[in-house]
Amino acid sequence: MNIWRDIKGTIQPFWITLRNMFRPTVTIQYPEQRAEISPRYRGRLILTRDPDGQERCVACHLCSAACPVDCISMQATEGEDGRRYAAWFRINFSRCIFCGLCTEACPTLAIQVTGDFELANRNPLETVWEKEELLVDHCGQEPDYNFYRHAGIGVVAGRGENPGEDKPVDVRDLMP
Amino acid sequence: MATYIFYILGIIAVVATAMAITRRNPVHSIIYLVNSFFALAMLFYLLGAPLVAAWEVIIYAGAIMVLFLFIIMMLELSPGERADRQGPGPLQWLPVLLLGAALIGCTLLLLKLDPAGSQNIPTWYASPRDFGYVLFHEYALAIEIVSFQLLFAAVGAFYVGRAGGRKEAGGIK
Amino acid sequence: MPEWLLITLLILAKLGLVFFVLLTLAAYLVLAERKILGRMQLRPGPNRVGPFGLMQPLADVIKLLTKEDFIPDQADKWLFMLAPGLAAVTALLTFAVVPFGPPLTLFGHEVPLVVCDLNIGVLFFLGLSSLAVYGMTLGGWASNSKYALLGAIRGLSQLISYELSMGLALVPVVMLARSFSLNDIVMAQADVPFALVNPLAFLIFLISIVAESKRIPFDLPEAENELVAGFHTEYSGMRFGLFFVGEYINLIILGSMLTVFFLGGWMGPFLPGIVWFSIKVLLVCFFFIWVRGTLPRLRYDQLMHFGWKILLPLSLLNVILTGAFLLWRQG
Repeated sequence: MNIWRDIKGTIQPFWITLRNMFRPTVTIQYPEQRAEISPRYRGRLILTRDPDGQERCVACHLCSAACPVDCISMQATEGEDGRRYAAWFRINFSRCIFCGLCTEACPTLAIQVTGDFELANRNPLETVWEKEELLVDHCGQEPDYNFYRHAGIGVVAGRGENPGEDKPVDVRDLMP
Repeated sequence: MATYIFYILGIIAVVATAMAITRRNPVHSIIYLVNSFFALAMLFYLLGAPLVAAWEVIIYAGAIMVLFLFIIMMLELSPGERADRQGPGPLQWLPVLLLGAALIGCTLLLLKLDPAGSQNIPTWYASPRDFGYVLFHEYALAIEIVSFQLLFAAVGAFYVGRAGGRKEAGGIK
Repeated sequence: MPEWLLITLLILAKLGLVFFVLLTLAAYLVLAERKILGRMQLRPGPNRVGPFGLMQPLADVIKLLTKEDFIPDQADKWLFMLAPGLAAVTALLTFAVVPFGPPLTLFGHEVPLVVCDLNIGVLFFLGLSSLAVYGMTLGGWASNSKYALLGAIRGLSQLISYELSMGLALVPVVMLARSFSLNDIVMAQADVPFALVNPLAFLIFLISIVAESKRIPFDLPEAENELVAGFHTEYSGMRFGLFFVGEYINLIILGSMLTVFFLGGWMGPFLPGIVWFSIKVLLVCFFFIWVRGTLPRLRYDQLMHFGWKILLPLSLLNVILTGAFLLWRQG
């Protein structure tokens, strides 16, 4: 009968809550204990270097274009050897939503996410991170990748002389 | 002493009622009316009928005035009616404060007349049992008639207040 | 004259003691509720302030006292300022009639452990519980905010729905004890508590006091996910604190009323009366918290239907049945 089902449905939750009272809690007491961060956690952003110790960033603005909240801004400039880099690079972490789209857009794997999430600050201006603070001394999650071995600096070697590159095809030779 | 308290309480009741019927803001007049009911309840207590005093508070101040308040709120009269809202001037809060203070003073006087609590009441005294006995023996017929009248009124109100007209009501069933 | 003075001093001492215990208990009941609710949801509850969070009530009071006391511009100012006091005072006053222990002998006097043993204690309780709604209603109306007004209207309609059955559930108790005095009612339960004699009245009264306490299955006047905070939406600082404390004092008082009317008051074997009384009241309070952790909120019309169409006829039937039983037993 329906009324018995209703009565059972009213009594049963009481038993469940009472049982839960004597179970261990699942809370992590944060400052003392720390949660285990998953390897793919998207936290604070960093600018990594390539294995040679050079900056990876070529200031292509793709991360800044991909950013849904427009929190990345930079100024591009060129070194004497024709190498592009960022004159300044700025991430406003009070706007960042930690979506990781910038890392997906980056062609040189320069901008990467880390597991760090402790960005709270009393002064909102200090949540804006400059290039010096963002730049780290390691390769991040891709230790072997080196963009400049293949491309990037103004082509010095002449066409077709880079490693692994074919000679340019002379179209006039292709006559039948 | 009891006589003085009686007259003070009577004056409080009359003044509070007069204030109630002259207020423009209906919620304020309800507050005055509740004040007056309290004075009446104290009067009953003074006359040795604590049961009636309690009923006065429970039924009139506690239930009927609450119903009034409910209806006033349903009418959506906002407290911010311009004419009535020149800040909390002394004219607005002084009378109710004076009346309340007088009521509390009377209560303290009543307590002083009888410091142990409330066991011996100044004048004659009707216990709940006596009260019930008189109500349901000597006046049983009157009580029954009144209660039937209330029942008829309730049925009538239900009949009048049915949703929609007679036809729709038949359809709903 | 010293006789008179001694009695007055005893009354004052009792008053102060009851006041102090009640307020402290209310503050710690808040902590207990947060702890117990936390445990039911697999989290530890507040545990930062002091050992096990035991200083939390103190921190809460300091926070409430130092907050800004805000009055909305369009509000009815004096009603707005008065309403929280009304809510807290009506809650505190009710405890005056609660007998919390057997009479004590002190300085050669027999001191009844009740602030004031009124011979119409039941009615005093009913009267104050029906007046308690004024604080909530006037506060909600005076705020001049739609959420507060809706909360106040809901509180009023809730009151009229359950108050009648609450009063009627007490009629069998009065019939069984043959007195309106709470002390006599406790005395009448020396053998068997009324909860076993008349379980239906116990159940109706239990449901009614949950509605009276405006707590979760019936917390329509507050309904935080519909009405922001219901009738106290516009309140801040210690005025809100008074509403809050009033709610928890009300909880203790309703618990002690249930204890007095149905669970035998301070009657119990082995332990002294006060201990039994405290154990029973705290158990009832735990039950209230348990209910809050378990049940969802009812809808506005469901509560009114339940009050008028189920509780009221049942309690009327119960009155008639109890009367018939008493007459039959008398022969």
